[in-house]
Amino acid sequence: MLVRILVLLYLAGAPALAQTLCQPNASNGCRVRISIKTALGNQAYEWNENEMFLFRATMAFAMRRYYKTETYNVDNIIMCNQTLRVSFWFVVTSPENSTMLIPKADVEKAVRMSRHRINNAFLLTDRTLEFLGIHPTLAAPVNPDTPPWLIVFGVVIGAVFAGIIALLVSSLLQKRRKEKGMMEDGQDEEDRQMKGVENDNVLDGIYNRGFTDDDRFTKL
Amino acid sequence: MRFPKLPNPGLDDRIPSHQELERMEKEEAGDRPKWDNKTQYMLTCVGFCVGLGNVWRFPYLCQSHGGGAFMIPFLILLVLEGIPLLHLEFAIGQRLRSGSVGVWTAINPYLTGVGIASLFVSFLVGMYYNTIIAWVMWYFFNSFQNPLPWSQCPVNANLTGLVSECARSSPVDYFWYRDTLNTSTSIGDSGGLQWWMVLCLLCAWLLLYVCCLRGIETTGKAVYVTSTLPYVVLTIFLIRGLTLKGSLDGIKFLFTPDLNELMNPSTWLDAGAQVFYSFSLAFGGLISFSSYNSVHNNCEQDAVIISFINGFTSVYAATVIYSIIGFRATERFDDCLEGNILALLNTFNLPEGNITEGNYAESLQNLNGTFPEIIQSLDLKTCDLQTFLSQGVEGTGLAFIVFTEAITKMPVSPLWSILFFIMLFCLGLSTMFGSIEGTVVPLQDLNIFPKRWPKEAITGIVCLVSFIIALIFAQSSGNYWLALFDSFAGSIPLLVIAFCEMIAVVYIYGIDRFNKDIQFMIGHKPNLFWQVTWRFVSPLIVLVIFVFYFVTKVSSNVTYIAWNPSSEDFPTLEVLEYPAWIYVIIFILAGIPSLVVPGTALFKLIQRRCSDKNVYGAEVDTVSAKVQMYTTEMS
Repeated sequence: MLVRILVLLYLAGAPALAQTLCQPNASNGCRVRISIKTALGNQAYEWNENEMFLFRATMAFAMRRYYKTETYNVDNIIMCNQTLRVSFWFVVTSPENSTMLIPKADVEKAVRMSRHRINNAFLLTDRTLEFLGIHPTLAAPVNPDTPPWLIVFGVVIGAVFAGIIALLVSSLLQKRRKEKGMMEDGQDEEDRQMKGVENDNVLDGIYNRGFTDDDRFTKL
Repeated sequence: MRFPKLPNPGLDDRIPSHQELERMEKEEAGDRPKWDNKTQYMLTCVGFCVGLGNVWRFPYLCQSHGGGAFMIPFLILLVLEGIPLLHLEFAIGQRLRSGSVGVWTAINPYLTGVGIASLFVSFLVGMYYNTIIAWVMWYFFNSFQNPLPWSQCPVNANLTGLVSECARSSPVDYFWYRDTLNTSTSIGDSGGLQWWMVLCLLCAWLLLYVCCLRGIETTGKAVYVTSTLPYVVLTIFLIRGLTLKGSLDGIKFLFTPDLNELMNPSTWLDAGAQVFYSFSLAFGGLISFSSYNSVHNNCEQDAVIISFINGFTSVYAATVIYSIIGFRATERFDDCLEGNILALLNTFNLPEGNITEGNYAESLQNLNGTFPEIIQSLDLKTCDLQTFLSQGVEGTGLAFIVFTEAITKMPVSPLWSILFFIMLFCLGLSTMFGSIEGTVVPLQDLNIFPKRWPKEAITGIVCLVSFIIALIFAQSSGNYWLALFDSFAGSIPLLVIAFCEMIAVVYIYGIDRFNKDIQFMIGHKPNLFWQVTWRFVSPLIVLVIFVFYFVTKVSSNVTYIAWNPSSEDFPTLEVLEYPAWIYVIIFILAGIPSLVVPGTALFKLIQRRCSDKNVYGAEVDTVSAKVQMYTTEMS
């Protein structure tokens, strides 16, 4: 009989006790702010008791994962002060002693560890499911081996060098062809004039510059 | 009645006569390069005239000087100042068939200084203009990644937050001032060469060299792409821009006329200066390009067509730019409002959707009435669309900060970034062709290099020397040096040269002779409009602009703006005064090209006087000609 009374008292008082444990601005409490409409727009779901239950279950999961134990339960997560914004406070009680609260630092570490899973459970992101005071971990910068811009630079410079060499070589060839063409014509004519060619035999003789008609070949 | 002109003996001996021109035309003397076809010539001139200024200077001027009303002074001065000067340069180049030094020396040997001044200006402007192209290339290289590097702030060393300099300003500012320029805090603090900038500069100069290698043979082919691609990209951006939210607000803001601005003299001055610089006059490049034409090419028609294409491009580019700026301003406004709404919702724990953009004003008023102290402590930002729209910047700020930010907000950002920077690259490169032409041809005319050196070698040397000197701009303080060059090297000397050009053609060459030349070339004498503008109106306009520019620059304290993360007003740029030794540099940039004009005349006078003493002069009078013989070289 006495036990029954005690049990009844306990059951009646537990929520009250729980209420006193969870206070806004408590030293071990954490405030959560949720922006469902911002995240999901038309597909936003309503925040109701079921969603609250899911939150408590997710938090219990996070605590289990952090401490690597299976002792945490939904009852260990106590929520209070819910507003229309959808924001509320929660505290985590220890599974061994329901009056003792887990320090905020540990709760934070647990949340950080499972942040991705918690977000996904609610289809939200770090920005729309805010744990005030726990900053989202920033993604480590991805450093590729070669910066992408160097690759593009290499391609462009290679093309430019190829272009310069091609143009210079073709200029040189053009010039050489022109010179050779002129020289060959000139050489033939000079030979025919100066060294008498008889029957395609070149006669020996001394080249007399006085009779050269090389005005035509003087380059300006 | 003959128009008064200054005495100019021996002019006929220095220039080819009409008969000689006809003969050269028929024989097609192959020594001088020629255009493959008229299209190449038109595209090259359009490319030279249409440059970065059309995209990032004109829209700013338009918006800040009364929007649609700015068109009035712009169009009036385009017709009275731009077209006559352009026609003059085309006609004189086509008639005398030489580059700038050749043309002015032929008119009168004492005027060689005008050509040399053009050479200096083309060289100095080419140096800093190609550095801007190097910056464009750097952004282009960095556009091949998703997300774009300027879309988010980098994380700091211990991964706790964003880099402070970036968090306090913005990712685009940070990428421009830190990742690209690595800018120092003042012009005196050089900070050493930035290797990535040196590489980009090298790439820019090599690319320019490959295009200008053989003069107009190679540039003539390149302009098919570089002159037409910008229009394609602008059209693509216009179509994309019009489908974005807020673009029409931007265009409306740009063109809303404010006729009161027409009373402001600085509006007219800015319009005149914009027309003048936008036409790339007095660089010598246009004279050179025109000299490769056939003698009977219709230069009058060309001048009018190119002027209108230039004006049209300015207005078209302004529309496109402001459609994108309108989009960016609307995005910023929406972000600002969203931030304020969130702050209110969070503080008062109201359900989401209670305060929207529509009822923001009245909700704020209600809350302010009931909880004024809390509202005060929230420190809400005032969100005004007009303020965001008038943040329209000009110059490099527009291209590398404002526009890049707008691009990050568009879907498939890398594509738009690549297109935008290709467009800027083409615009800049086609202007550089004219600069190089204006530098290389006078050097050849002045016989600085031996005649047998091929054009490839001379162009290579010019590019190499320019690259080495342009390494100043690859330092940490390079941005400040570039702004210095932009203000002084490209402004005052050009006005001086343009004024001297007009005086030379009208009064020293003789406007009557010039009219006859044009009649010979295109078949009819220039009409009254040309006569009035060449003789009085255009020189007067240029003189007025020059006087005002000079007076403003000299009387005001010369300052520059610097990026200093440790300054109080950061991220607003700090206004600093130039150190004393900068005035020497300013004199070199603006003074020397201007003073070369009278200086060379003086030098030639002294040379003539000294050689006169040793001259044994003889005159032979014959019936048909008067021949003067000297024992020394004819100057």
